[in-house]
Amino acid sequence: MSLSLTKQHEALQSEARAFAREHLAPDAERWEAQQSLPGSVVEKLREHGYLGAIVPAEHGGRGMDLLAYGLLTEELGAASSSARSLLTVHDMVAYVLVKWGTAAQKQRWLGALASGARLGAFALSEPAVGSDASGVKSTARLEDGHYVLNGVKKWITFGEIADLILVFAQNDGKLSAFLVERGTPGLTTVPIRGMLGTRASMMAEVKLEECRIPKDHLVGGVGFGLSAVATTGLELGRYSIAWGSVGIGQGCVQASLRYAMERTQYGTQLRKHQLIQELITEMVTNVSAARLLCAQAGERIQAGDRHAMFSVMMAKYFSSRIAARAAADAVQLHGANGCSDAYPVARHLRDAKLMEIIEGSSQMQQMAIAKLAYQSIDVD
Amino acid sequence: MDRKDRIRAFIQQSFKDYAIRDDEDIFSVGFVNSLFAMQLVRFIEGEFQITVENEDLDIDNFRTIDFISRLVERKTAAVVS
Repeated sequence: MSLSLTKQHEALQSEARAFAREHLAPDAERWEAQQSLPGSVVEKLREHGYLGAIVPAEHGGRGMDLLAYGLLTEELGAASSSARSLLTVHDMVAYVLVKWGTAAQKQRWLGALASGARLGAFALSEPAVGSDASGVKSTARLEDGHYVLNGVKKWITFGEIADLILVFAQNDGKLSAFLVERGTPGLTTVPIRGMLGTRASMMAEVKLEECRIPKDHLVGGVGFGLSAVATTGLELGRYSIAWGSVGIGQGCVQASLRYAMERTQYGTQLRKHQLIQELITEMVTNVSAARLLCAQAGERIQAGDRHAMFSVMMAKYFSSRIAARAAADAVQLHGANGCSDAYPVARHLRDAKLMEIIEGSSQMQQMAIAKLAYQSIDVD
Repeated sequence: MDRKDRIRAFIQQSFKDYAIRDDEDIFSVGFVNSLFAMQLVRFIEGEFQITVENEDLDIDNFRTIDFISRLVERKTAAVVS
């Protein structure tokens, strides 16, 4: 397949690129050092309609199609993986509500998520629970028309500032999903600092101690927390990470091409040295291939194709792997300069590593892709 | 293929060497996981042009080929009416 962009797609891509270059790239390094994303940046994302962009127009969103959303994610990701990650987790919550929210839940929260007036976060992981999501230990008991939640969630992107947190907990041994609003008694968030990458993504531990929420904050029915709610959210999450990885890769390509044109050694521009050309070739080719895989995944999700999950997993797996490779090669190409924060490639390397771990590690994707291959591919 | 045949054909893909009966609990046989559930929803929506919604999330709607067929019949009738 080819990446066929409509005029609208091209316009959005240009718009997003200009936004990223003006509002994200110049200060991305500083935000990483500060380990926080300024409120003014969140406001700018809000103003441009980027938060909740995939929410349909009937619920107040821009109703972006999946390809447009991917292009937006790539452009933001090329400039700041931390800023991009806000869209990822916020939109995972919005996407879940669009699909599985009750009419009352959509009425109450979707408009605010669509405008970005309220920020969402996705709380599945726990200190002892990562890949094995079914092993969630947080609990929710039904009591007097309320669910009472107890447990600890960890590595929750933008958990430090999110207004609406989608929490996964066991209700009588059945994994279920619940919406918890900031300010609910029994909910506290504790910032996590010192992460390897996306340091400005304001990760937090989310602690629930006898946290009482109304019964109608349950999303998707008891026992459907993993099979319906989490898998829906993670589908968009993986799609976003895949495109975000393409963004990191593209950021590395741009930085490397620029550096190889500007830098000379042995009286010649770096770009003329063959081993530098090899690094550039690998980077450019892999990023292009990853972009096409992402576009295919978007097309399949949009079409409701039963193989969409297969495509999304391949896109996430491949894109995150090549982003890490591209970032490592970009640092190598830059030499000592690549190890300093004066150039973006060191940040891309740190960020790329996280992409291979979050929303399902590369190893989890490998096992799932192989299994799906037997279902999806006709060997006769 | 009629409705049940189409559902059976899809589900059988996950049970390569096991012939699942129409009244057999697909979740108790041990071949399926949470990913399958999402694929099943996608398949039902795409194949029969219906939308699986929050109120449909009852495990009994998806437990057997027979039950899935009944869900599709109900949802299709609702769309037509």
